[in-house]
Parts: sequence; C-alpha cells; structure tokens
Amino acid sequence: MSTNSGRLIWKTRLFAVIVILTNVLGNFALSWGIKHGAAMDGSPWSFVRVVFDPWVFCGILLLAGWVLSRMALLSWADLSYVIPVTSIGFVLNAIMGALFLNEVITPARWAGTFCIVGGTVLVGLTAPKTETS
Amino acid sequence: MAWLYVAIIVISTVASDLLQSWEMKRQGEVTDFGVGGIGRLLKLLLTKAPLIGSIVFLAISFYAFLALLAVADLSFAVPATALSLVAETILARLVLKERVNAARWGGTALVTIGVALLAV
Repeated sequence: MSTNSGRLIWKTRLFAVIVILTNVLGNFALSWGIKHGAAMDGSPWSFVRVVFDPWVFCGILLLAGWVLSRMALLSWADLSYVIPVTSIGFVLNAIMGALFLNEVITPARWAGTFCIVGGTVLVGLTAPKTETS
Repeated sequence: MAWLYVAIIVISTVASDLLQSWEMKRQGEVTDFGVGGIGRLLKLLLTKAPLIGSIVFLAISFYAFLALLAVADLSFAVPATALSLVAETILARLVLKERVNAARWGGTALVTIGVALLAV
C-alpha cells in the first residue's frame, strides 16, 4: 500500500466517522425537540417557530457540520462509496431511538442492523476513490 | 401522509447528493481543514449553482423530514428513506460515471435490505 493510498484511506475513515456522528446526533436532537416541546401543527408559522427550539437549533447546527464534512468527503470519495458506508448511521439512529425515545427494537430490526453492518463493511473494504469508467 | 413526505425526502435527497458530489469532484480534493478551509467551503456553498441547488433540495428534504417526524417514529422515519440508497448508487454509475464493482452493489443491496427491515 503506498503512503498516499494509506493516507487517503485513514482520511476517508476519519471523515466518515465525523459525517456519521454529526448526522446521528443532529437527527436525534431534532427528534427530541419535536417530541418534547417544539409542536408542529402544519402551519407555515410552526415551521419557522420550530427552528428556535433549543434542541431543534442544536440539531440544525450539528446537521450544518454534517453538510460541510460531507462536502469535504465527497471532494475525494465516490458517492457510491460514501452513501453505503455512512449508512451505519441508520443503526445508531435506531439504537438512540430505543435508548432515549422509548422506541422498540424488534427481532426484524436487529436483523436489519446486521445487514447494514455487513453491507457497510463490504463497501468499506473497496477503495474510496475509483477512476471514472 | 407519511409516505408522501417519504417520497419528497427521497427525491430531494437524491438530487441534492448528486449535485453535491458532482460539483465537489469538479472543485478537487479538500486539503485545508482549518478556519480558512471551512470558509472556502462556505463560500463554495454560496457561489456555486450546483451547491446552491444541492442546499435547496436539502432544505426541502429537511422540512419534509421534520414534518415526517411529527407523524411517525424516528425509527420509521430514517429507514423509510432507504430507497434513496439504491437510486443514488444507480445514478452514481449512470450520471457520475463511477465504477461500481460487485462488492459495492452487494454492500448497497445489504444496506438497503437492512434499512427496510429496520422499518418492520
């Protein structure tokens, strides 16, 4: 493995972790804010008002970090690599939902979790950047 | 109503990701991660039409996601958007001309099945 490809792989892994964590924590903060105070009744005003709930605002800041870190990651890694690898966030979302929002993880959801982990590992073993065909 | 929100989320997410990936590849690899580098990324976001379009689609997806969270569990809302995984991989191959090998197709299929199972 050359120094450059080794550096690329570690940089890609680091940014994938940042992308995953900002997305999962951002989604959790949004969900917590919506379910614990920031009521939405479907009116245009409620869409504006909800942004100023502290949890929703915190979620938006985290998701802004997600956008920027993902932009950086996509500047060198393939979209077809980034999408499945960062999908491990779905599993973390489900776990956060179970731990903090009293959502239920059924056996089917556990099976889904193992599929996602397997798929993420499989794609993660491929090179993050390929030449275009 | 929940599935209408899901459809809006999937379509706008796919459009946003394709535009973002296409423009960031055109800009070249980001190597500066300091304040200046973040400033450059923000400037790109505000000046490059594909990235502006990407953010508009992301905003549509975001508000549809908020609306979905108001009527569904987080553990339904997130996995239900999994259709975008398949669509994005196909379009990465067709539009962005990425080389998607068997391992990537297999991994993406596994992730998609997994995400669908999370919604059961």
